[in-house]
Amino acid sequence: MTEQEIFDKKIDDDVRIEPKDWMPEAYRKTLIRQISQHAHSEYVGMLPEANWITRAPTLRRKATLLAKVQDEAGHGLYLYSAMETLGMSRQQSLDDLHSGKAKYSSIFNYPTLTWADIGTIGWLVDGAAILNQVPLCRTSYGPYARAMVRVCKEESFHQRQGFEIMMALSAGTAEQKEMAQDAINRWWWPTLMMFGPKDSESGNSELSMRWRIKRFSNDELRQKFVDMMVPQAEFLGLKVPDEKLKWNAEKNGYDFGEIDWEEFWRVVKGHGQCNKQRLDARRKAHDDGAWVREAATAYAEKRAQREATKKGA
Amino acid sequence: MSKDWPLWEVFIRSRQGLDHKHVGSLHAPDTRMAMENARDVYTRRQEGVSIWVVASKDIHASNPDEAAQFFDPAEDKVYRHPTFYNVPDDIEHM
Ligand SMILES: [Fe+2]
Ligand SMILES: [Fe+2]
Repeated sequence: MTEQEIFDKKIDDDVRIEPKDWMPEAYRKTLIRQISQHAHSEYVGMLPEANWITRAPTLRRKATLLAKVQDEAGHGLYLYSAMETLGMSRQQSLDDLHSGKAKYSSIFNYPTLTWADIGTIGWLVDGAAILNQVPLCRTSYGPYARAMVRVCKEESFHQRQGFEIMMALSAGTAEQKEMAQDAINRWWWPTLMMFGPKDSESGNSELSMRWRIKRFSNDELRQKFVDMMVPQAEFLGLKVPDEKLKWNAEKNGYDFGEIDWEEFWRVVKGHGQCNKQRLDARRKAHDDGAWVREAATAYAEKRAQREATKKGA
Repeated sequence: MSKDWPLWEVFIRSRQGLDHKHVGSLHAPDTRMAMENARDVYTRRQEGVSIWVVASKDIHASNPDEAAQFFDPAEDKVYRHPTFYNVPDDIEHM
């Protein structure tokens, strides 16, 4: 069997591909692109939520939000590690993010204006992320699959805490309920965009499915998401901002309106409300942390030296 | 920092676990900081009672291209398994 045939057979038999195994160059490239996008999304995703840590309404909510943001940092790390097994160094990943070369999910280029946005992010945005991530636990590349298993385990509390915030607000005063409705009005459509372009316009989709990197298409996942979320919005007494939303008994799912794809591509290309702000914040955090990294390196060197002299004496 | 810190592989034994399992990797300037980072990243929910960190460069892996020949000696030795032996169904405790 040729290397290509061995690879194809592994994919067909659902045997994981591991770092040292032979793999087609295009498979490696596709993985690096997807994991990179994913890792940076976890990492940049901390910024809109961190915006509310100091202003969380109670100590319980504050501790929860801190724990969630910490988790997202961990998710970024698991994924950056998976990328390293494909020959992409950590430094290179960060450089690509900071230079704007690497992409992250457009959802994080929208602003978090009120506390209800934090509830909505947990409920809708993490909800959409989970739908994307669960099938990735069975993705064909071993290190990516293992990273996703860890991520998914940690992810479920994120959505539940968001839903809890939404429950509290929608059962609250008229102003609080209005705040919740305003948040879903702003986040619903950007969340639907998280599943990516329509299948008919998604160039990489077919190969990713062939290689079992992806198991479901963008449109399939988007449909699943709408079907899951509409009843939850109804439970909260919130209105989904889509005039065309309607139950379709024949397909056993909801029909829904068209996404504003112009907005989608505008934000992807860097012209969303917060693209610049997010990258600036990320670069600043990196630069401001330089002294910590330098100090840690110096400390490690000093300690190594001290141990060497002790041994010599 | 223009150069990455060394890479470490992290192994964790859970409270009920009998052995350390590989959970992932991280960068750190030395073993002590690798250990502390491993605690912060991989045991935030009390996933472990013991951590090993090993410099990734010190791990030597078998070569997947030679796996077939390398593991070949065990392939034809079914008699190393209990199911190879015939024991009547009505014999208990065996
Ligand atoms: Fe996450
Ligand atoms: Fe999350």
